Parts: sequence; C-alpha cells; structure tokens
Amino acid sequence: MYEFSYHKASSLEDARSTLATAEDGKLLAGGMTLLPTMKQRLAAPTVLVDLTGIDMAGIEGKGDNIVVGAMTTHAAVASSSLVQQTIPALAALAEGIGDPQVRNRGTIGGSVANADPAADYPAALVGLGATVVTSKRSLSAEEFFTGMFETALAEDEIITAVSFPVPEAAAYQKFPNPASRYAIVGVFVAKTANGIRVAVTGAGGSVFRNAEMEQALASNFSPDAVKNIAVDSSGLNEDIHASAEYRAHLVGVMASRAVAAM
Amino acid sequence: MTDNNRGIGEAVVRREDSRFLQGRGQYTDDMNLAGQLFACIVRSQHAHATINSIDGSAAMAMDGVVSVLTHEDFAAYGGVPCGWGVNNKDGSPMAEPKHPILAEGVARHVGDPVAVVIAESPIIARNAAEHVQVSYSELPAVVSMQQALDASAKPIHGDTESNLCFDWELGDREAVDQAIAGAHHVTKLELINNRLVPNAMEPRCAIGDYNSATGDHTLYTTSQNPHVIRLLMGAFVLQIPEHKLRVVSPDVGGGFGSKIYHYAEEAIVTVAAMKLGKPVKWTSDRTEAFISDAHGRDHITTVELALDREGNFLALRESTHANMGAYLSTFAPAVPTYLHSTLLAGQYRTPVIYAEVKAVFTNTVVVDAYRGAGRPEASYLVERVVETAAREMGIDPVELRRKNFIKSFPHDTPVALTYDSGDYAATLDQAMIASDYAGFEARRAEAKQRGKLRGIGIACYVEACGVAPSNIAGALGARAGLYEAATIRVNPTGSISVLTGSHSHGQGHETTFSQLVADKLGIDYDSIDVVHGDTNRIPFGMGTYGSRSLAVGGTAIVNAVDKIIAKGKKIAAHLLEASEADIEFENGEFRVAGTDKMKPFAEIALTAYVPHNFPLEELEPGLEETAFYDPKNFTFPAGTYVCEVEIDPDTGTTEIVSFHASDDFGRIINPMIVEGQVHGGLVQGIGQALLEGCVYDTDSGQLISGSYMDYTMPRADDVPSFSVDTCVTECTHNPLGVKGCGEAGAIGAPPAVMNAIIDALSDYNVRHLDMPATPNKIWSIIHKASAAAA
Repeated sequence: MYEFSYHKASSLEDARSTLATAEDGKLLAGGMTLLPTMKQRLAAPTVLVDLTGIDMAGIEGKGDNIVVGAMTTHAAVASSSLVQQTIPALAALAEGIGDPQVRNRGTIGGSVANADPAADYPAALVGLGATVVTSKRSLSAEEFFTGMFETALAEDEIITAVSFPVPEAAAYQKFPNPASRYAIVGVFVAKTANGIRVAVTGAGGSVFRNAEMEQALASNFSPDAVKNIAVDSSGLNEDIHASAEYRAHLVGVMASRAVAAM
Repeated sequence: MTDNNRGIGEAVVRREDSRFLQGRGQYTDDMNLAGQLFACIVRSQHAHATINSIDGSAAMAMDGVVSVLTHEDFAAYGGVPCGWGVNNKDGSPMAEPKHPILAEGVARHVGDPVAVVIAESPIIARNAAEHVQVSYSELPAVVSMQQALDASAKPIHGDTESNLCFDWELGDREAVDQAIAGAHHVTKLELINNRLVPNAMEPRCAIGDYNSATGDHTLYTTSQNPHVIRLLMGAFVLQIPEHKLRVVSPDVGGGFGSKIYHYAEEAIVTVAAMKLGKPVKWTSDRTEAFISDAHGRDHITTVELALDREGNFLALRESTHANMGAYLSTFAPAVPTYLHSTLLAGQYRTPVIYAEVKAVFTNTVVVDAYRGAGRPEASYLVERVVETAAREMGIDPVELRRKNFIKSFPHDTPVALTYDSGDYAATLDQAMIASDYAGFEARRAEAKQRGKLRGIGIACYVEACGVAPSNIAGALGARAGLYEAATIRVNPTGSISVLTGSHSHGQGHETTFSQLVADKLGIDYDSIDVVHGDTNRIPFGMGTYGSRSLAVGGTAIVNAVDKIIAKGKKIAAHLLEASEADIEFENGEFRVAGTDKMKPFAEIALTAYVPHNFPLEELEPGLEETAFYDPKNFTFPAGTYVCEVEIDPDTGTTEIVSFHASDDFGRIINPMIVEGQVHGGLVQGIGQALLEGCVYDTDSGQLISGSYMDYTMPRADDVPSFSVDTCVTECTHNPLGVKGCGEAGAIGAPPAVMNAIIDALSDYNVRHLDMPATPNKIWSIIHKASAAAA
C-alpha cells in the first residue's frame, strides 16, 4: 500500500467537499475491493474519505419501495426481516456475496459504485428497476451502470441509498466463479408493476437486460420459455474459467432456474 | 506406569493443537531480532529477458534504505544446488545449468529474483524496490514444453545445447515393444497431469543473523528439513562450515513438499546479514509465493497398456515430458523418474514395463516434489489407462483390476521395486462394501430421474514412502543420505526429551512420537517432549517429506529407545544384584524375571545421573542414546478409493456426492491423525482433479492464475464428508510395521474422481478429459455431443 491521507467525513457535505478538492480522492465504504486493490498497489489514491462516520446505514419501507441506505452491509440486507418479507430474492442475493467477512464489511453503496461486471447487486438493481439516490439526484439503475467499472456518478457525487420497488415476485440465480465466487453469470428475474425484467450480471462488461427473455416470459412465464433462448456470445466476457459461449449458455440456464425458483 | 490411554493405536488429541488453535504458534515471521532489517526482492516481470543494467541509486537515496544487492554481491558464492542427478539413456549426466542466487544477466521466469533491497522496514523496502531501475531487453519466452523442444527454440540457458534437461529411461524397451506388438488389445491414452501451485497456509519466510564476534550464522527458515538446508547452503552455496551455521525451522505452517528445497532467499538473508552486521528478514506474501515457490506435477504423457484376450496385463509403456521450469530445484530430477516411473506397476502383475521421461526447461517457475511427488502422476496414468482398457474391452473395471492384482509378497516389479507386503483384494473388498458399489446402478437411475448424470470411479493406488536405502538412492543419483536420526535424552527424574531429525509442519509428530515412546517405555505421555527443527538441538536428520517420518524417523526413535532399555537393564541388574540376562523390562519396570524384585524406570534414570551406586568401571553414567536408521527398502502403502459424482448437464458442474477411502498404512499409531492426513490428501487430490489449474499465458509467460481470484483452492463446500477406513498388513522391514499415510489421498483421489466423471459421461462418447475437470470443459463435451446428435 502506498501512503495516503485519511479523512473521516463528519457529514455528506464534508465528504463531498473533501472529495472535490482532493487530487485523487476515493470514497471508502466497506473497503472490500478498494483496500485489497491498494494493498496490491494497483490503486494509489492520495486521499481516502471514510464514510463510516455518516449515518447512511439502514433499511426502511417507503410506500411500495424498500430503501436501503448506501452504508448498509450485505449481512444487514441478508438478515433484514423487512427485506426477507418483501423482496426475499434480494436478501438471498446479499447472503451469497463473498464470505462472512465481506458481507459484514461490504456495503451496497460501495458495491454499486464499484460496478464490478461480476458483482451480484447490479443484477438486483436492474432486475428490480431500482433507483440509485445520490447526493445530487436520483437515477434509474439502467442509467447508473454505464460500463465495466463505469457509472454515471460525477467526481464528487456520493450514493446515499438505493430504492427498490417491491416486486410481485423475484429470484436470483448465480453460477459462481469457482475461485473468486463472483458471478460468472448471475440472472435476476422479477415480475414488477412495469412488467417482467431479466437482468444479467457477470456475462458482459456491465449488467444488461435480455429483452427476448422478458418478452418470452410475458407470454409464457415458465422455465422452459427462457431455457433455450439463444444468447449471442459476441461481446461477452471470456477468461480461463468460462468461454463466451459457455457464459451465453449459462444465461439461459440461470434465467430458467430463477423462473423456476419464483 | 503404563499410559494405557495414550500409547500406540490411541486417537490422542494433538498436543500441538493447543498452541496452534489459540494463535500461539511460533512461526518464523513471528520472530523479530534486535536491529532487524527487512529485505524485499525485485523480481523479473518478464518470463525471459536480458538484464542490461540494474541501477539501485534511486532506491539507495530513499530514507531508511540500507542496501541494494545484485548478483555481483554474490559473485563469491555458488548457485542454488540440485540434490539429485539423473543420467540420460546413454549414461551421460543431465544438463545442469547454474541456478544463480540472483539473476546473472538473464531473467528466466516471471518472479526470477533480480535484486534485493534491504531497509529499516518492510514498507520502505517494498517502496524502494519499485525504484530499482532494471533495464530489460525481452527475449522470446518458451512457456510450453512443446515450444521449448521445438527445433527453432533457443536454449534458455546459454550453456546447454537445448532445452532438454535429460532423456531418461527405465525398463526393458525391447520386451515391452514386443509384448505390445503382439497383444490382443492395446489401450493408448494421452494425458496431462496439471501443474499445481502448492499454497501452504504459511508463506515462506527467512531471517539471517550473523554474530561477528563468534562468526556464527543463524538462519531461521520455513523448512521441512533444516539439516538439509544447512548442508546444501553451507557446503554448496556459501561455504560456511557447518559448525558455524545453525538452521532453525520453528513452527511451520504446511509444506506439502514446497518447503523441502533450498531457496535463494535463504542464501540472500544469510549473506546480507553478514554484509550488514544486522539480522535481515524476508517474508513472502501470497502473490510472491505464486511466482517463487516450486510448483508441482506438470507432465504430458502417452501411456499404452497391452492386454491379452482375457484381460491379463502384458506390458505398459510410458512416454512422458516433465516440466522442470527455468532451473533445477533441489529434488526436481528425481520426481518424474525415480519417484514416478518406478511406481508404474501400481497394484498389478504387469510383467514388463518401459518408461522414458524427457525433462524440459521452460520460462516458468521451477517444478519439484508436491504432495505425492511423481507417485500421483504414476497412479493417475495407470488407473486411467486400466479404467479405459476395461471400458474398451467390455470388462468390469473392478474385475479387471482384481484379475491383475499382485497376490503374493514380496513381489519384484519390472520397474526396480520390491513390494514387501500388501493385500490389495482386502482394501478393494472393503471399499466395495463401504461404498455400496453393488447398489450404484440404482443410484444412477435415481439421479437420472432428477436430470443428473451419476458416475462411479475407483482407483487402486500404491505408493512408496521413505525413499531408501541410502546406498541405492545414491547409486541412482541422490546427493544426500536418506536415513533418519533420533536421540532419546532421559532426564534425571525420568522425563524424556525426544530429539528427532524429522520435522513437523502439520503432521502432529509431537503427539505421535510421544505416544510411541510412552508405549515403548511404559511411562506417562505427558512426561515426554519432542524437540525438532533446530540443528543445534537435534542430531543430523533428513527432515520430513515423502511420508517418511514414522517409518524412518519413528524407527530411529524406537531403535534409540531400545538402546535406553538395554542400558537400563545393566543399571537395574547392578541395583537388583542380578544378572543382566535375567532383567526384563515391561510397563516401565525393570524386573528380575520370575521375582517381585523390580526398579521403576524413573529410579534407573536417577541412578544414571546420580551414580552413587553405579557400575562406573563398566558403564558410563547418564542415560541418553542416539540411533541413525537407514531403511532396507521403501514402504508400500496401498488402497482403493471409490468416488461417486453427479454432473449437472445444464452447467457441467461436478458434485462429489460420496467418497470412500480404504487404505493400508500398516500399523497405525494415532488413528485420528491418520484420518486427518487422509482427509487433507483427498482434498488436495480432489483439488487437482476438479479445481486447481495453473495457467500461463503461452506467449508472454505471465502467470494468469496468479492469485486466489483465479487459482481455485478447494474449500470445505467443494468436498463431501469423507468415509474412510483401513486394513492392516504390516511393513516387514521396520520394527513398527508402519508404512506412512501423508500422501495417499493426493495420490489416489485424482484418478478416482476422473474415472467417476468419465463414467458419468458414458453416454457422451468421451474417452478422456484432462484435469482440472472444470464445468466449462464438461459442458463443452456435453454440448458438442448434443449438437452432433441433433
């Protein structure tokens, strides 16, 4: 780890202004990706702005939405009775992130801001049609995720919460990388007030929806309706664990299993 | 008094666990010496490059930096030695290029040490290492063995003719060729034994310390064999006389072979401490371990098995390429030769066998012994080719094996070994019953209803433990002895210090050896302490590897105990005014046979050290004895493993639904420790079969699987709850009748798992699949077969 200066923010405004004036500042939430990256000397921010002093953790129901504060840990989402009752698929997804240490430190805001192409949360956000609330504005999940490790966040913009509309039903199925346990492919399927949504993480550079599967499920909501829909492998990720063709195939399998689980 | 509950055969809870489970072990990195400095090694980021210049001035200018060392600072010293020489077919010696401590003008693999920064803190050293300016000119990398042996490939060592290290053979080629040519059936397989990264829990660490007043060097290091390091480094590298070099290996967190070898870092800290007059510590991190610890396996093999019409084995022929990596690690040449091809008979009466092995230099990390060392590779190819032959000939794979089993002992194999004992049908039968082999087809049918492909696979392995005897090993190229030493030091009040040359790095020696001595002397287990890992405290010993500690080290202990008893009888005879010949020793008591006259062990001990009533004119006082034991032969553990898998055809995922191991380890001292060793070995074997694949980029020579993000270590949820049992045929040539259990799981598991997978895929016309059997590979097979059928 290279040397950096550390600032524990006392308020959102304090965090924002410190970040805005830093030469190369980074927000520190749970640190589950940032700190290992810094230890490996792959990232070298000059200033770390620690958000743990700001009260942004907590889960509450607001109308038809479940609002999860940005600093809420994965373990808190997984064990929340409110989430378990209203969006059990979201609780289950959080329970499947990383290991107990990661789940007890890592936060939804940190995960979403990092926009790892193999992270689980992006599938839930896009699959449920969630809204990302920031220090400046509200964005739809699809507007928010713009590419591999890329989001619509401005330099000094801070996520404060994610608001999930409660779906009629939802499920998430992940095929984990055997080594890292990140998603090789994860598919989130939801029946929402605005129709059926199918969101895929892990397979591509960023989370994406599969319109063909959504249409197929709209007319026939059954596992078989999506299992054999061919997914184009061009542009999908490829590594020593999974070819693009294999990932494309797994999208259908995981989608079908998600539907079966609903 | 006899310790009835903690003698031989009892499942005594490991004494070591108290400190290890409480985080109170004392590992090398836990030690910090006064004034200690810290080394960070600048490693090559290129697989193959000329080093034009190294400029350490910017690093030296940084606060807290004490020194920057390059190969010029080691010019007076030798290279890292190889401890086993292998000859070519024509009798000429293998190519043995210099393995410099720091790269001399050429870097030959990613991770090759190029320079060393020594500073007042680890962070300063690491920061400064990034400021050492190394000018490289990249050279083409030879990464695969095929690339290395291609006629157009330049030798990666300037002083060798090619990248071929040796071309070795064993067995009667002509007889094998003839048998194969005339056989009813020949099964031929081409297979890869995948390269593995050892991943001991504790990364390597070394501290050099030099006392300029006395000229004494001390090296603290994570070694499985401190005396071997003292000999290799002292005599061959640094020319430090052995009486001036102490090597200490305190608690060591796993080795699996990777901590046998003498590594450059040990020489670096020893030299640096002398140059700088301060202790110097180097601690590897996990990333560094991936590119600097010796890797394992990495064979490409063609194997042929010839059979007659009835399925009797007629001949076996092996042709293997073995990757050595960029240099020769300490025992690398022995692994694919004398520790491998000698095991090609397996459990079978195959009358003639021929093996040829070509060892190859590549621009990759060195490869050496890793849990099983050559024997897993042998077991894998034998058990895969036998299984394949059974399928091709339509013979039940269990019956084909049984038909060809060696049934009488001793048995001379055609590949130089004499198996002393075994009962292969017994372990097979036991495994068949325990795994309900007969009920498998019903389970397969039930799984099919759930959409799963269920398969069963067996493997009948044999291994050879405790490489020996020294004179024969020496004739075959070993440059060290292969005995073990032990001293039994009886203290005046009757407690005992066992000083052993074996080294425990997870095996539980402190428990097992104490049980052994408690049983033999009939004294309290708690009055026995085991000392290991310090060349100033123990007799010259060879350490722990190759499942040798009990069979070789334990025998040395027993032999030393026998000497103690013999001397004790003389003392007792004097005290009891009886003839020595009339003294019996049992349950901790020296007794005049047929009388109630006796002296307890503790009184004999006290008499030996307070010799007021003692036959001083005939006998020395004191009670301390040393034994060196050089075995007459290897020991030959064997067993049958049965693995059952279910494959999800939609994803290609393999789940091991059950795994049974029936092993014959000879006599067992602590069944709980043995079971733990089997579990650990099985997990590593399953890891090799399903998960662990070391992947290099074949163009750049970069290690792609260089962290746990990409290198899949087996975890608890990857393996089933194991079912294990044992049969006992005793080893005939050591007094304990023990054989060894440390590597069996890693030897027998890979073929059992892979045979089960091939069985599960029997509808898809697949003959062979290379490890690791990843979901992607299995899905591709299923997908291609389904596409072809459609």
